[in-house]
Amino acid sequence: MLCCICKEKEATVHLTQITGDKLQKVDLCEECAKTKGVNDPTGFSLADLLLGLGASQEIEQAGGGSELKCGRCGFTQADFKKAGRLGCPECYKTFSEALQGLIKTMHKGTHHVGKVPESLRQSRDLSDRLKTLQKKLSKAIDEEDFEEAAILRDEIKQTTARLTNTPAV
Amino acid sequence: MDIHDFLIPPADSTRRKGPYDRIVMSSRVRLARNLKEAAFPGWAKKPERVRVLELIRPAVESLPDMKDAFSETMDSLSTLDKQILVERHLISREHAAKSAGSGLVLNRDETLCVMINEEDHLRMQALRPGLQLRQAWTAIDQADSLLERKLEYAFNADLGYLTACPTNIGTGIRVSAMLHLPGLVLAEQINPIIQSVNKLGLAVRGLYGEGTEALGNVFQVSNQMTLGEAEAAIVERLEKVLSQIIEHEENARSTLLEKKPKMVYNHIGRAYGILANAHSISSKETMNLLSLMRLGVDVGLFPGVDRALADELFILTQPAHLQKQHSEKLSAEERDLLRADMVRERLRHVSRPIAKPPETSGGLDKPEK
Repeated sequence: MLCCICKEKEATVHLTQITGDKLQKVDLCEECAKTKGVNDPTGFSLADLLLGLGASQEIEQAGGGSELKCGRCGFTQADFKKAGRLGCPECYKTFSEALQGLIKTMHKGTHHVGKVPESLRQSRDLSDRLKTLQKKLSKAIDEEDFEEAAILRDEIKQTTARLTNTPAV
Repeated sequence: MDIHDFLIPPADSTRRKGPYDRIVMSSRVRLARNLKEAAFPGWAKKPERVRVLELIRPAVESLPDMKDAFSETMDSLSTLDKQILVERHLISREHAAKSAGSGLVLNRDETLCVMINEEDHLRMQALRPGLQLRQAWTAIDQADSLLERKLEYAFNADLGYLTACPTNIGTGIRVSAMLHLPGLVLAEQINPIIQSVNKLGLAVRGLYGEGTEALGNVFQVSNQMTLGEAEAAIVERLEKVLSQIIEHEENARSTLLEKKPKMVYNHIGRAYGILANAHSISSKETMNLLSLMRLGVDVGLFPGVDRALADELFILTQPAHLQKQHSEKLSAEERDLLRADMVRERLRHVSRPIAKPPETSGGLDKPEK
């Protein structure tokens, strides 16, 4: 069996770790085991265990050396590496680069499909409608159909007003 | 309110029927949701967690399904009470470890259970007996739609519902079923089944979820990925896989009874022998033997005995449930003695298994539709 980090040397250290309610099996060669700090359980990153091996490296690299910190909740990259969980919803923006690769490997897709909160669905429908109306308007103007254009302009006005009263996505 | 006055006695809850319930013990759909403007529970300081709890709890209590619900903060429940809720599969072990700033709202018939400030602000789950994933999804979808009118969720057009752990983003859904698979275990076919289910991107776990042993031949099957697949598609995919597992389990039982009947009767007879006569028995051994007795009921070796008896003892013999019936603190050894006493007493009127199932019995039945 090859080491699952360097994928070169024979794995001689086999680790089964249960953290909270997560179970993870890891096979490492001696060198990688040392650099990962497997012998020192406190040095073994939880992010690796929770999010898959190599996650903590990815988190580190994506930071580009500088220590990223969430402007809203103060959660840092080191916290993420340690906990394998994020601080607040805003962290998804702060750490978006580090998360990108992780999300790709752990999920089926990278874009949400499925339920959307009703209020956001309304605003999404409205902005879609606005776009269609605007297209129709420029077409009407091109064709010099000013009667139609006047109707469309009123409708655009109404839709815009409704959109500003609805929370945005 | 005392949780024990509220909870449905196992004698009643285990008698609820559902489709394919001789193999599928229960279905569950869980949604993870968070408030837009607050830090996740694991990072938030106590005052913020308390504020979030005070915001969410009344909203959950106002759901029509939560009429006469049990609603408490986790610090008002004793360690023993929390453990009992874990043994009933109503809260996670992680939630049982929570205290001030976390809460629980559970409806009257125990089909809707909301954990507040577990790993996420909201972990809401719908539960059903037997194979009823669609019904569970519909129920939790409705509850969620009502809650989103009162609470502003963290949602992003690309990543969907945002959760503390990136493994849950998107739909935030976990669809799962608890399966009793003694046939596949006895036929030594369980490992290849687990592997092929894993390959489909589904997780197979033990009795208490992640990282736990499959005690009593009970396995949980659930989706793992939450981003990039709609809820209905996940439910449908799980339904398909589950119906195949059910078929494999039924086939394994039929083949065993046909090819190695003595092996099956031997296991069941010995299980009954120990359960009905032991004077000291551990929780783990009890569960494994009750599983065999449940199989015995299924294949007709215990005429007149209801499967619910095994299911009820499965709950009542667990450590916290045993402790609850005694005022003084029990040691593990004392629990083993009391557990054996209880099981012996309950099996006093259950005759030993008949030598072989009658021709007309359900041994080779396909699951009832």
